[in-house]
Amino acid sequence: MNATLLTSAGLSSTQPVGLLWYLTAAAILFALGLTACMARRNAIGILIGLELILNAAILNFMAFWRFGQPSTHDPSMEGPMMGIFIIVLAACEAAVALAILLNLYFNFGSVEVDKANRMRL
Amino acid sequence: MNTDTAIQTVAIWQGPNIAFWMISLLVLGSGSVAALSRSIVVAAFSLFFTLLGMAGYYVLLGSSFLAVTQVIIYVGGILVLLMFGILLTARPMQRDPKDTRWLYLLAGMLSTLLFLMLAYLIWTIPWRAGPIQNPPAGDVRPIGHALLTTYLLPFEVAGMTLLLCLVGAAYLVRRRER
Amino acid sequence: MDHTILKCGLAVFALPLVSFVVLGLFNKRLPRRGDFIATTAMGLALGLSLYVFWRAWNDPRPVLVNLSFAWLPMEVNKAVLGGILIDRLTAVMLVVVTLVSFLVHLFSTKYMEGDVRYGRYFASLLLFTTSMLGLVLANNLLYLYMFWELVGLSSYVLIGHWFEKKSASDAAIKAFITTRLGDVGMFIGIMVCYLQVGSLQYGDLFAAVEQGGLSGAWRTIAGFGLFFGAMGKSAQFPLHVWLPDAMEGPTPVSALIHAATMVAAGVYLTGRLLPVFDPPSLLFIAYIGGFTALFAATIALVQDDIKKVLAYSTVSQLGYMILALGVGGYVSGLFHLTTHAFFKACLFLGAGAVIHAMHHEQSMSKYGGLRKKMPVTTVCYLLATLALAGFPGFSGFWSKDAILADVLAFAMLNGHWFLVVAGFSTVFLTAFYMFRQFFLTFTGKPRDHHAYEHAHESPLPMLIPLIVLGALAVVGGGMGGWFGAMNPAKSGVEQVRGFREAGFTTPLMDSVVEQAHEKEVPHAASSEAHGDAHGEEHGPEAEARHKAHSIAMGLSTCLAFSGILLGAAFYLQRKDGKTLLDPGRVAQRCSLAHRILWNKYYLDEVYMACFVMPTRALAVFCAAFDRLIIDGIVNLAGWCGWAWSYLVEIFDRIVVDGWFVNGSAQTTAYMGRQINQSQTGYVRQYLMLTVLGLLIISGVCAYAFYGFWQP
Repeated sequence: MNATLLTSAGLSSTQPVGLLWYLTAAAILFALGLTACMARRNAIGILIGLELILNAAILNFMAFWRFGQPSTHDPSMEGPMMGIFIIVLAACEAAVALAILLNLYFNFGSVEVDKANRMRL
Repeated sequence: MNTDTAIQTVAIWQGPNIAFWMISLLVLGSGSVAALSRSIVVAAFSLFFTLLGMAGYYVLLGSSFLAVTQVIIYVGGILVLLMFGILLTARPMQRDPKDTRWLYLLAGMLSTLLFLMLAYLIWTIPWRAGPIQNPPAGDVRPIGHALLTTYLLPFEVAGMTLLLCLVGAAYLVRRRER
Repeated sequence: MDHTILKCGLAVFALPLVSFVVLGLFNKRLPRRGDFIATTAMGLALGLSLYVFWRAWNDPRPVLVNLSFAWLPMEVNKAVLGGILIDRLTAVMLVVVTLVSFLVHLFSTKYMEGDVRYGRYFASLLLFTTSMLGLVLANNLLYLYMFWELVGLSSYVLIGHWFEKKSASDAAIKAFITTRLGDVGMFIGIMVCYLQVGSLQYGDLFAAVEQGGLSGAWRTIAGFGLFFGAMGKSAQFPLHVWLPDAMEGPTPVSALIHAATMVAAGVYLTGRLLPVFDPPSLLFIAYIGGFTALFAATIALVQDDIKKVLAYSTVSQLGYMILALGVGGYVSGLFHLTTHAFFKACLFLGAGAVIHAMHHEQSMSKYGGLRKKMPVTTVCYLLATLALAGFPGFSGFWSKDAILADVLAFAMLNGHWFLVVAGFSTVFLTAFYMFRQFFLTFTGKPRDHHAYEHAHESPLPMLIPLIVLGALAVVGGGMGGWFGAMNPAKSGVEQVRGFREAGFTTPLMDSVVEQAHEKEVPHAASSEAHGDAHGEEHGPEAEARHKAHSIAMGLSTCLAFSGILLGAAFYLQRKDGKTLLDPGRVAQRCSLAHRILWNKYYLDEVYMACFVMPTRALAVFCAAFDRLIIDGIVNLAGWCGWAWSYLVEIFDRIVVDGWFVNGSAQTTAYMGRQINQSQTGYVRQYLMLTVLGLLIISGVCAYAFYGFWQP
């Protein structure tokens, strides 16, 4: 790894933590969220995993935004904007998901995803 | 570059870095619990901490508005919704039976693989990132400005989406004649 | 070439042909079935023939018309030739054929009245007449053979006229097949001629013989072959067996075909082509003729059927003609042909009248005393019998005497006395059996009173032919002198010259005449072997002939008289109904001989055993072979088809339906079921698989497109 990279990574004496660490954190979070999605039996558990993934994505956006600004006097607000929209959409999606989940609960009697392995006749 | 290595070691323990490491610990720790715990209520509660930690990240990255938005909406809205969901579909405390352990392992392996790939990508691709600078001063004004100029369309669409989802969700859970 | 005569000749040929076509197509719709058309046509033909004859009589040239034309054009300069020849011989034959045919037509109008196939009968008669006329008018072997076969066909049709009788249809087949045997030999002879000479025109044949183009073994083979045909048609031993059976046909048919014309065709052929035969063939011809004459006469001695007697008599007389030609007596043979035509036709028609009167009774043992009931018929019959027996002064006497003279002269020069013995003994036998027949039929007491009561004289159309022919039997001898002028004893060169002058010539004929001019050898004096017994008025043959003539005349007269007297002794009844000598006792005393003769020397049985039975056995064998093996093979092929289709069906059922169709369906279903198990419905599993897939794809892409960055 060359000095530039390290510098941008924030591993220099005068610089705080850099891009790569944020990205790494986001990656870990993403992996955790994926695990939750795949392995959880409860539908709400899957939703939790989904929220984790989404948050990892927002973190990614913010990290790239923060470490890609040309100057501070006229910042272009991609990072936070993306964050806002993602949060909004996450809210919508959570609402609808829960509505579906309630329907699931009332039809199959439980929230476990395995129980819904057949198309309803 | 021996001096750089030495400098690296020193730099880790400086001010903003400490904040980063602590918030990371919170986020990742509660995130693990949220993902892996067997009880859904525990998972939901640890998600709460994860989300708070994310807000902290956003502050560090320079957007306090986003942090606040995160707390209000994500924690105060979505998480509450999830809690409601748990509440409404509560059953006697169910622990995952033992035979789903292998599923967790498998999922864990896959995720690990994915993470490894991502890490590889992150650390080997030469990102065109500039030197870190001071974070911007206040960001409410620029956000508001951008919402109504550059990001007007997404703004309107988001609103529409919210409406649709509201209506849709309400329709989905309407009372049916049993 | 004389165009008028050519046209007359063609008209003579065309008249019966056109009438045949008209009658053949329309006889059912014409009044009286068109018999008047037939008779009138023949009458006109007769008139034209007499005109031609008169012209030939007055013309010094030997050949009047010789016209050849390209009948079948083949390659560029080659064609199959056809042609018409009218010389003195043709003129005589035309008259004979048309006269007898006309009289037979006239006779038949009454004799065949009420017959079930009246119209067809007349059409067949016309077809026959056409064929016979074509035969005598031809100037090449091809046309001769063509009309020869047509004559055979017409004979078949006419003999089998009453084909519902098995005996009649059998007789027709026998006639056809027996003459066919002869025709095979004739065909071989024709082919040999063509191969050696390159042409079938008479003129070319004579020229080739003259030049040596046709000589040696080939000439002998050709001669024998051609004579075989004559043997078949003219009923010489051993191919004579069909003629007695042919009496199954109507009697006018017998008169026309088996007395006067068709059987004469063989004699005509031999006479026409006499220069082609070389000494070995001629000797063979003479012996066959002589033997047949004697042989048939012996059989005729004991026959009971009136027509059979006449049939064997015909065979015998034909033997005479053949014998005459064999010893080189062109004139005598053909003269006898003409006189025989007249009196034999008269005899047959007379027999027909008798049969008609006695209500189809043909057995002479039932006859007797018919002269009181049928006077005119009796007289005509007597005249014809006297002619046949050779009573001096009648036509038959002159012609038979000429033959005997020739035979005697020949024997005096070359030996072969068997021929003389045969010839003269036949005179005696002929007289005997003919008068036996006459006495049995017309004199004495009637033996079948019932039939006798109903006997009556024939109506006019039946009497006229009898009278005409009877008269000719008497006076026909006057033609002898004219016959003498007709002989081709002139050298071969003279013959060819005659042909050329009459219109048609070929390079071969030209070269022969030119060579003769160059050589200037007196061909006239030297003639071929003994083929010209009637040479010029000098030479050893002529001397022999003169001597023989008187001897023959005297001897034949004595023999004829003795034959008549013996016949009278046996069969002429005195007032008390008894005869001088009893034929019955003689028959008893020589019962073996009588039986042999009565059964015709068992020749029919011999033929049956030797030829017919083996052929039938072969036919049965061939049929069995065909049924078992050929049909077996066919059935086998069919079975193979069935077996193949069976196998194909199995294959189709098991392989195609089972493996391919059902198999693919079942495999697909099985695979689907197997794959179906992955459709668990577990979302988590799906997600895991998705992630896995994502990892794999990313890995592949990273490696493929970017390689692996070196850290």
